Amino acid sequence: MILIERLFLTIALSDAAEPWQLGSQDAATPMMQGIMDLHHDIFFFLILILVFVSWMLVRALWHFHYQTNPIPQRIVHGTTIEILWTIFPSIILMFIAIPSFALLYSMDEVVVDPAITIKAIGHQWYRTYEYSDYNSSDEQSLTFDSYMIPEDDSELGQSRLLEVDNRVVVPAKTYIRIIITSADVLHSWAVPSLGVKCDAVPGRSNQTSILVQREGVYYGQCSEIRGTNHAFMPIVVEAVPRKEYGSWVSNLLIA
Amino acid sequence: MAEVTKEKILSLAQQYALPGNEDKPEVAEESSDQEVVADETPEIKLETAPVDFRFPTTNQSRHCFTRYIEHHRCVAAKGEGASECEKFAKYYRSLCPGEWVDRWNEQRENGTFPGPL
Repeated sequence: MILIERLFLTIALSDAAEPWQLGSQDAATPMMQGIMDLHHDIFFFLILILVFVSWMLVRALWHFHYQTNPIPQRIVHGTTIEILWTIFPSIILMFIAIPSFALLYSMDEVVVDPAITIKAIGHQWYRTYEYSDYNSSDEQSLTFDSYMIPEDDSELGQSRLLEVDNRVVVPAKTYIRIIITSADVLHSWAVPSLGVKCDAVPGRSNQTSILVQREGVYYGQCSEIRGTNHAFMPIVVEAVPRKEYGSWVSNLLIA
Repeated sequence: MAEVTKEKILSLAQQYALPGNEDKPEVAEESSDQEVVADETPEIKLETAPVDFRFPTTNQSRHCFTRYIEHHRCVAAKGEGASECEKFAKYYRSLCPGEWVDRWNEQRENGTFPGPL
C-alpha cells in the first residue's frame, strides 16, 4: 500500500517549506506522523462544531428577526439545555484530550537505546555539530560548523536562506539521540518533517530522539527569533543509508 | 565518485523494492563497497551512551555531569588507564558538549572543579 502511494499519489515528498504552503510538510518520523494524525483528528471535531454553531447562529438570526418576531422572548432559565451544553462539550474535549495526551507523553518517552548521539550547539549565528561517539580522548575528532549559504553564493536549485555548507548527516532507520544546547543566546533546533522543535538553552542540554524513516534531505529553521541573524541559521539534515553514514564518518575521521 | 552514485541508486531501489527483494541490493553493495572501506579504516561501530533511567527528563545536563564525575572517580579509584573506566569516558564524551568538558578539565587542573571527585 505504501509502495503504491509512494509511486502514484506523491511524486516527491516535501521536506522543505514551499511557497504558499498551507499544510504540513511530509512526515519522515513516526512522531511527525502522529502530530499530523492528531491534527486531522482534532479537525474532525473542529469542523463538526463549526457547522453546528454557525447553523444555530444563522437559524436564530433568521427566525427571531425583529421584523418577523417583534416581541422578544424572556426565557432566562432552562435546566435541561444547560446540562446538555455542559456535558456535550466536555465529552468532545475528552475525545480530543485522549489522543493528545497519548501523543504528548509518547514524545517525551525515551524507550530504546539510541545508536548515535549528535550534539547540536547553537552559536551566534551558526550551528556546531559534534559527533563524539568515535572519540578516544577529550579532543573532538568529528566536529563541524554549519553556516547558511548566503543568497549571492547559492547555486541553481538550492533553496534561498535554507541551504547550509555542512549538512548534518544521519543514518536512516536508526534511533538517534540529539543533544541540543547553546553557547550564547537562546536558539532552537527545529525540523518540521522530522517533528522536532527543541529549544537550545545555554548551560542546559536538551535531549530529543528521532527515527528517520526514509532517506532524504530535511530543512528546518531556527524557531527562537531573538536577534538579528536568527533567520539566517537554517538546519539541513541529510538522512542516508547506514552504510553510507559509516563511510562518511570514517572519511571525516581520517581527514 | 562513481561509487557514491551507484550506492545512491541502489538505496533508492531499496526504498521502493518489495520487502522480499531488500536483501539483493544489499549484497551487491557490500561487495563493491568493501574494497573502498577496507583500505581506509575498519567499519565504524554505531554505539553511544545508553539510556539511563536516573535521568528520564528532557534536560540531560545532569546525566552528562554525572558521567563525567563517574569517570574521574573511577580513575581515582582504579588508577589511570583502567579499562573499566573507559566506558564512562565514552558516555560523557557522547553526552557533554565539548566546551563543557574543556571547561571542567581546566577547573580540575586549577582545583576549582565544583563536583565531588
